[in-house]
Amino acid sequence: MKFERYGLGILKGMALTFKHLFRPPITVQYPEEKLVMSRRLRGNELVWFKDRCTGCATCAKACPQGNIVIVTHTDGNGHYVVDKFQVDTGRCMFCGLCVESCPYNAVAMGMGYERAQYRRNGLILEKERCSPDEKQPSGYARPEFAAALPKQTLLVYGDKEREEGGQKLEILPRSKKRGRGV
Amino acid sequence: MTLLEQFNLWLANYMPQWAAYLLPALAGILVLLGFVLTMVIVFIYIERRALGRFQIRLGPNRLGPEGIFQPIATAVKILLKEDIVPAKADKLIHFLAPLVVFIPILLIFAVIPIHRGAIYTDLNVGVVYIIAISSISAVGIYMAGWSSNNKYALIAAMRTVAQMVSYELPVVLSLLGVVLLVGSLSINQIVEVQTVPFILLQPLGFIIFFIGALAEMNRCPFDLLEADSEIVAGYHTEYSGMKFAMFYLGEYGHTVLYSAIITSLFLSGWKGPLLPPIIWFLIKMVIVFFVIVWIRSTLPRLRVDQLMSFAWKALFPMAVINLFIIALEVLWLPENVYWVMFFINFALAGVLILFWSKLFTLGGGKVEV
Repeated sequence: MKFERYGLGILKGMALTFKHLFRPPITVQYPEEKLVMSRRLRGNELVWFKDRCTGCATCAKACPQGNIVIVTHTDGNGHYVVDKFQVDTGRCMFCGLCVESCPYNAVAMGMGYERAQYRRNGLILEKERCSPDEKQPSGYARPEFAAALPKQTLLVYGDKEREEGGQKLEILPRSKKRGRGV
Repeated sequence: MTLLEQFNLWLANYMPQWAAYLLPALAGILVLLGFVLTMVIVFIYIERRALGRFQIRLGPNRLGPEGIFQPIATAVKILLKEDIVPAKADKLIHFLAPLVVFIPILLIFAVIPIHRGAIYTDLNVGVVYIIAISSISAVGIYMAGWSSNNKYALIAAMRTVAQMVSYELPVVLSLLGVVLLVGSLSINQIVEVQTVPFILLQPLGFIIFFIGALAEMNRCPFDLLEADSEIVAGYHTEYSGMKFAMFYLGEYGHTVLYSAIITSLFLSGWKGPLLPPIIWFLIKMVIVFFVIVWIRSTLPRLRVDQLMSFAWKALFPMAVINLFIIALEVLWLPENVYWVMFFINFALAGVLILFWSKLFTLGGGKVEV
């Protein structure tokens, strides 16, 4: 006699949903709680290293959209001096080809993703706004940066990831209202 | 003597009889309206938060501490919206339908005691009154579905009428069990007599009434008339603004109403130790409502034919048998031997539920699913 057919199935389902009451909510209250992004994030900005850049403009040629503008002049010793390095992130599709193509590791994708602007002009990054002092470079095609970055927050994880500390909402700034680990 | 009658007598010393009669009546109406509307707002809040927690979400928690002002914001939003009437709608009936749905709910609260003596009128045929008035909102829903000139609304209205008519019977029959036990139709009397909550004395009647009430107030798993995955929003597809707010209010008003009725009839109403009666009443209401939300978060919607066969083949015969057994017990058992009744009825409920589940398995339980 299987009691599932005699109303017990309903009771089992009810017991299961009741258990859900005691599980911490999966909701991430975004502006107050933020998850750590992947270390290889192709974020919405480009980080440009002035000292490593030779002004060869490989990145500008690699860009399918033609978003990168580089204007250079020679300093007389056979070196280029970069006058203008400008990226229009408004048209960027985050393919990362510029980063992959750079022979001197002088550009990297950034970790930032909150880049909404009121004006389109704000999306155009000049070289001052691309400097590594302001932006956090991501580990995309740059393993040397990836090692130093915090691990990504995983919402769903197995026991192994938990031991590795992959899932740590606690290290994030919590919401003042009711921040809670997952 | 109810509180309003005492108020009336006290006022009669200071003013003419008609004024002393009119003032408590108006005061009672205002208090009832306030009670129902407040409870609707509270229930909407509880439902959204509890449903969120059942689904491992947070639910609305932005507006005010823990989001308690969210229902008010929702209400204001709905009220400020444009009132759209379809061009080919039956305008008069389209206008009347929300009123016909909502007003019976307020009327029924007149006979439900929310505190010792706090009842609008102690009607000696309270249960009959409840049964009679509660069917009216089905007419309102049918009016809404018919007048909006929309096929989905009409389908929903048809389903509603079928559902309401079918589930009215088991609900009434299980109520009669309570009436037999008490020997009175007055809700006040029923609450006064309940030294033991009737849920313990007639569990089967309670289960039937609860399921029937779920169907009557169109809650999950019987929410066929606004099955959003099938028929847009059901009967209020073509409604917006204030009229939609009335339907929304009516929906939750129904839930408040049936929570109150279940509390009064089966959970001994406002009775309870230590705390004041009104608090006990509210606590029991919220518990009943919590179970309703719990069921909503768990069970999927029934198919139309399953709905009807469940009403007519399961609930109705079980309600008849339940009524019959209660009648025999009232007739033959000596007075106030509640424990005998308790054991008999619990055993009976178990046996009947097992037997009827057998009928509802595929191939009488011989087919493996």
